[in-house]
Amino acid sequence: MNQTFESGDLIRCRWGGKDFSGVYVTERDGSIVVKLSNGYNIGIPLSVCSIEQKSEDTNIIVKTIEQDKSLPVLSIISTGGTIASRIDYRTGAVTSQFDAEDIVRTIPGLAGIAQYRARRLYNILSENMTPSIWQELAREIYDEIKDGTYGVIVTHGTDTLAYSASAVSFMLDSPVPIVFVGSQRSADRPSSDNVMNALCSAKACVSHLGEVAVVMHSGSSDDRCSIHRATRVRKMHTSRRDAFQTISGEPLGHIEYPSLEVSLNPHTQHRNSKELSLNDKMDKNCALLYFYPGMDPSVIKRYEDCHGLVIAGTGLGHVNSGLIREIGHFIGNGGEVVMTSQCLHGRVCDRVYDTGRDLLLSGVIEGEEMLPETALVKLMWVLGNANGHEEVRSLMQSNLKGEFRMRSFYGL
Amino acid sequence: MDYDSLGLMAGIEIHQQLDTREKLFCHCETRLRESSESNRKYFRYLRATESELGEIDRAAREEMKMERKFTYHAYDTTCLVEDDEEPPGPLNPEALSLCLTIAKVFGMTPIDQIHIMRKLVIDGSNTSGFQRTALVAVNGYLPSDGDIETICLEEEACQRIEGDNFSLDRLGIPLVEITTGPFMRTPDEVQATAAYLGMVLRSTGKVKRGLGTIRQDINISIKDGSRVEIKGVQELDLISEVVRREITRQVSLLQIRDELLRRGASVSSETKDVTSLLKGTKSEVLKRAERIIVVTLKGFGGLVGSEVQPGRRFGTELSDYAKKCGVGGIFHTDELPAYGVTEAEVLSIRNFCESEPSDCLVLVSGNKREVICAARQVIDRAEAALTCVPEETRKMLPLGNTSYMRPLPGAARMYPETDVIPVKIKSEEWGRIIIPELLDVKAQRFVTAYGLDPAIARQVVFSEYLPLFEAGIEEGIKPAILSRTITSTLKELRREGVLISNLTNSDIISVLRAVDIGKVGKEAVPDLLLAVAEGTVVDAAIEKSSSGLTKDDIRVIVRKVISEREEFIREKGMGSLGPVMGIVMKEVRGAVDGKIISEVLKEEITSFLSGAESP
Repeated sequence: MNQTFESGDLIRCRWGGKDFSGVYVTERDGSIVVKLSNGYNIGIPLSVCSIEQKSEDTNIIVKTIEQDKSLPVLSIISTGGTIASRIDYRTGAVTSQFDAEDIVRTIPGLAGIAQYRARRLYNILSENMTPSIWQELAREIYDEIKDGTYGVIVTHGTDTLAYSASAVSFMLDSPVPIVFVGSQRSADRPSSDNVMNALCSAKACVSHLGEVAVVMHSGSSDDRCSIHRATRVRKMHTSRRDAFQTISGEPLGHIEYPSLEVSLNPHTQHRNSKELSLNDKMDKNCALLYFYPGMDPSVIKRYEDCHGLVIAGTGLGHVNSGLIREIGHFIGNGGEVVMTSQCLHGRVCDRVYDTGRDLLLSGVIEGEEMLPETALVKLMWVLGNANGHEEVRSLMQSNLKGEFRMRSFYGL
Repeated sequence: MDYDSLGLMAGIEIHQQLDTREKLFCHCETRLRESSESNRKYFRYLRATESELGEIDRAAREEMKMERKFTYHAYDTTCLVEDDEEPPGPLNPEALSLCLTIAKVFGMTPIDQIHIMRKLVIDGSNTSGFQRTALVAVNGYLPSDGDIETICLEEEACQRIEGDNFSLDRLGIPLVEITTGPFMRTPDEVQATAAYLGMVLRSTGKVKRGLGTIRQDINISIKDGSRVEIKGVQELDLISEVVRREITRQVSLLQIRDELLRRGASVSSETKDVTSLLKGTKSEVLKRAERIIVVTLKGFGGLVGSEVQPGRRFGTELSDYAKKCGVGGIFHTDELPAYGVTEAEVLSIRNFCESEPSDCLVLVSGNKREVICAARQVIDRAEAALTCVPEETRKMLPLGNTSYMRPLPGAARMYPETDVIPVKIKSEEWGRIIIPELLDVKAQRFVTAYGLDPAIARQVVFSEYLPLFEAGIEEGIKPAILSRTITSTLKELRREGVLISNLTNSDIISVLRAVDIGKVGKEAVPDLLLAVAEGTVVDAAIEKSSSGLTKDDIRVIVRKVISEREEFIREKGMGSLGPVMGIVMKEVRGAVDGKIISEVLKEEITSFLSGAESP
């Protein structure tokens, strides 16, 4: 019997000596997945089932949502990752919601904070992000701000969220907050962090905040979210809700939950302190290299076509002395090398040991306190905009978007 | 009661924790902890997710009536998986194999490819807001001709400490859920079926023991009534009573319905605010309330106070519904004046609401949000009383009554657990599964093979020391001493507060072997086990207790005792055996098995007597 079913078809099957009806869900590894009337899915061979009734279009009940016209308008730009989703219990499929109405319907608390206009720019896994998409995103945000939005929420998969936020931060000067948000637990589950993160990000967007930030859970409890500076934030855990941490230093602020009270720290850039401007040029031909003991000089050579190289070195910013010559060649051929540290915390200082001094002599730029990922994004932006080695060095060693501080303080 | 004409139909869902080394989706041990041992706490809010059809599951919606903050207590034996901070690991193969073993006992057919599902449960008992569960096998049968519909492998939920505080130690312990068909027709049949299922589960030797490790949910319906699921019946002996009381409840509710219809009763959807009317009340509950509103149940007078289960009235049912909104309960005019509410107050409320004496007024008090919600609940429940017995999930109360928990969940609350890859059951794997000897059969075998008394045999097979008995037999220890140790010695020691959990089976077998070979007397067993339980190495304990006397040594002692009492023995003949035995036992201080002494003594007295008689 060569029959094909479509998701949602009512089918009749025989298993364990009894006949039963179920809904065809999908095919998986040679079995067909059938949803039984008790809600369970089971995988059984196609041959034991036949069609009973073709799928009918189910009536999706859509409640219309009235937005409160007296509230400020926020823009939601989605790039992937889900802030809102629905479950089709007939088939068990989980669908992400992108439309502003759908999002507000799924997270009703949002309606009390602002009005929304939403746009789906991309729907990709965050590991599939590219610098070109960062640029497109920056342009999109720019347009939204020009159109008068009071703040921009960018929903993003969490894996590379910090890279994108950092890239937008370098490309845009903004008078309004631009908040990146994601969820560490999928939005379909009752325990998802999506609702609280979304509410907190909306609240941050109507606050005095005036820079690019990431808003995510502060801890494992549902008690507060942190507002992190885009250029100082890093995903520090594979799965925990509080994976995002500001590295070295305090976050920009917090939002308490469920009161949604926002508090900003003194070092936060406030709303309207910058004029809107977009500088979206980037030189994508850059790489990030993680040094390890015994790394062969030929590894550096393989990057010879790159225009810029960020190295995550050891300790104060070191690589083995065997690499220095090759690094010198790379720079000699017009490339730029920025040194950062695998320690993540603390400042690079290549003046303490011989290896460091030799690196400096060969033309390596000390990446100060910059996170390796931020340094990479910044280098792309600097190479897209600067002329000549000296300007590159000068920009890389200037604090443009809070990516480093001139003074280091105690505490991680 | 004539259950046949009532049209009783009942089925059981039995939930049994498995005694696996690790939890179902992580590598944490399956040990329960005291909540005082918790080393970390955190809290979360759970929210129901809207389904494609724009619906939120009705049971989930009920739980959402109050915004609830759930606090979880973590331990050094729990991990990020229980915290819902890390994706689950693969399905525990030990648990799956056990589940398949049970399925095979019932002649079930395993599912080709097992899919793990997420079943929405937002009462806080699962950190994720769902319980992971998988349908493993279908269509089995019982010797009674009843059918088993399904067997599922699930993760256990958190243990509620109190209120909205939950303990994570239990979350994730593997659980099998066996669902029977609704084939049972009498309360006793329900109890007998539960007992049989329990016996089969115990036969695997790998299920947890103790209160709460096995729970029965009972599905009951009668003709004209509705399907009601009673959750969490833990005591087997109460099952038939629970069924009887549920039947009573449904029959009473149907009688109430008939009477309401006869009276032309109705429920007013309009409520009246009587807060100011009751300003000067002496009632403690009402005095505290921010708002008091009244629901008018037209023609319900007298029926709200009528009993539906021993000590529970129809009013209690209304109150259960109202409590879902956070109020402490309700007052109704069938029970007033009482609780500090005066006759005059009742009268003024009645006047204010323009109610007839045949009406019953229900007072709901609390804050604004609570009373609106609670009044709605009372109205809904009272309206339902005019047509049917509502389909409900109920929880068991002590002695077999039940109270309302939530509506029966719809089927619309399961979706795939995408973080766990489906598991294929290979036919070789199924073929390799060995069906364990059922404990009923084993008990019978112990009677015939080892000559145990049937009652003792049952005690042994259902005891946690069954493995000790079987290992002891394997080692050649006599069944009688093994069964006595299990059914009496160990029990006595436990009663005396000895930490018998410190004793390994091999410790106990070593002690019994020493008795068997006559190294120590059987009288010394309790003291020996005590010493070992308190930390003495078993061999050292035996050595210390043993007299070190060989049979020849004993013979020397016996001869000495005889020579000192020649006259007495000559006079009494073999009748002297008993008294002399006591003297010898004293000499060896009980460190030699009495049987050996008696054996030697018999030989020696016989030989002495025959020698003495000879010229």
